[in-house]
Amino acid sequence: MAASLYYSFTDYQIAGDPTFVGGRNYANLFNGVDPFFYKSIFVTLYYVILSVPLQMITAFILALILNRKIKGRAFFRVVFYLPTIMPVIASSMVWIWMFDPDLGLLNEALRTLHLPTSNWIYSSSSVIPTLVFMSLWTVGGTMIIFLAALNDIPKQYYEAIEIDGGGRLQRLWHITIPLASPSIFFNTIMSVIGGLQVFVQPYAMTAGGPNDASLFYVFYLYREAFTFGNMGNASAIAWVLFIVTMILTYVIFKTSQKWVYYEGGEA
Amino acid sequence: MRLTDVVVYLFLLLGAATCLLPFVWLIRSSFMSLSQIFVIPPEWIPSPFVWDNYILPFKELSFGRYFLNTSWVLVGTMVGVLTSSTIAAYSFARMRWIGRDKMFGLIMTSMMLPFAVTLIPTFIAWQSLGLVNTYVPLVLPAFFGGGAFNIFLLRQFFKTIPKELDEAVFVDGGSHFTIFAKVILPLSRSAVLVIGIFTFLGTWNDFLGPLVYLNDELKFTLALGLSQFRGMYNAEWGLLMAASVIVTIPAILVFAIGQKYFMEGIALTGIKG
Repeated sequence: MAASLYYSFTDYQIAGDPTFVGGRNYANLFNGVDPFFYKSIFVTLYYVILSVPLQMITAFILALILNRKIKGRAFFRVVFYLPTIMPVIASSMVWIWMFDPDLGLLNEALRTLHLPTSNWIYSSSSVIPTLVFMSLWTVGGTMIIFLAALNDIPKQYYEAIEIDGGGRLQRLWHITIPLASPSIFFNTIMSVIGGLQVFVQPYAMTAGGPNDASLFYVFYLYREAFTFGNMGNASAIAWVLFIVTMILTYVIFKTSQKWVYYEGGEA
Repeated sequence: MRLTDVVVYLFLLLGAATCLLPFVWLIRSSFMSLSQIFVIPPEWIPSPFVWDNYILPFKELSFGRYFLNTSWVLVGTMVGVLTSSTIAAYSFARMRWIGRDKMFGLIMTSMMLPFAVTLIPTFIAWQSLGLVNTYVPLVLPAFFGGGAFNIFLLRQFFKTIPKELDEAVFVDGGSHFTIFAKVILPLSRSAVLVIGIFTFLGTWNDFLGPLVYLNDELKFTLALGLSQFRGMYNAEWGLLMAASVIVTIPAILVFAIGQKYFMEGIALTGIKG
């Protein structure tokens, strides 16, 4: 880590030796000499802001439903979890094809239903929403953690609120959500970190395009280091990511004390 | 009540269909020739079944070799993770040493660090050791700690085993090693199994690691091979789907075998957030 801090202040080509250049790498990032820096931050944040809430809500609703005693519960759990087992590189292959504007299954279905089609990952305006949609496909892992949390909520609480005449919504708002808040907290952090790390999709599906519209931060970092061989610059990019992640984790932990409820005061 | 039930089931069935559709599409297309694939409206059951797509990746490309390569990395990583994470977790759960809790906190913080952050410095370190384009950078780290997440999971589990058992061993003149090997490990079989499955899937599905460290095509893992395959056979969907199935099957098999423990394990990690 310390070595990379030094490298981030050097001009270091992958085949050569590092030469000290002071803060130039950072300056180039922040003053816009490297136009991809802000672009990749924008892309990554856009993805995180869109995907994290949607993933949380979808996973939570699924968990609420599958926590009830309904028929085929075990079957649905496995089916919803299955997509997370598949290697991302393999699922990317299927999705690339499904998203194909001319030959893909999705547009085929839309045409049959006489609905407007989309260019999915092949247009700069729809590529991120499409990848968010694809991320919802693997929401099963988050769902399982929610299920475990819901299962741990003592039944007495529900009986108490029933006696007090609380309805379904009150039950959800005053008991289920507060008592499941540690798992919501955990899943949110995991999903934010996951969002900051998206790599295979831009690498294998879009090559960061079209028009850099899916230039995710880690893909940008990888490209700088291993395609262009600018190790010094890449170290600076990595350090920015490190600091952002630290700040983000710190903020989430701090604010969590206000809304995360730990039963029995354990922290 | 009846109506909501219907809505709930419709929702579930729709969700399940969405989850399964890519799998069905993957499998059916892998058994089709190109002309069968593009029939409109799409056919769901291949007739006739075409096996060629499964033969070519092994014959024309080195999928057999990739399979072996991946297995090597896998065995090395599994051995490393299972030995070192159990030992580390034992020392955090059962032994007293100065700075233990601080050290544990440090390891937990490292869990929050995205892999990408450490990618460049570790790459430079391996490069200066001349070990890029070998399996060492992929396997050796597993022997040092075996991952923060695994240590955390095992420590939580070890802590639930009554301390009285340790005392009994000490009274009989046993050491920490006796407790570890004869008491803790046999009682934690399910937790160790979960770590094993997690590690298997993580290693099997890993893409960025092999991509960065392996340049020589003959050393590629399956995931890398698949990505390379895409570049060569861009629109040969049947072939690409068959290759994807080959890469996916081992992961699904391991999941199917360990499914029960696996679900419990994920739940276990989530509870104490």
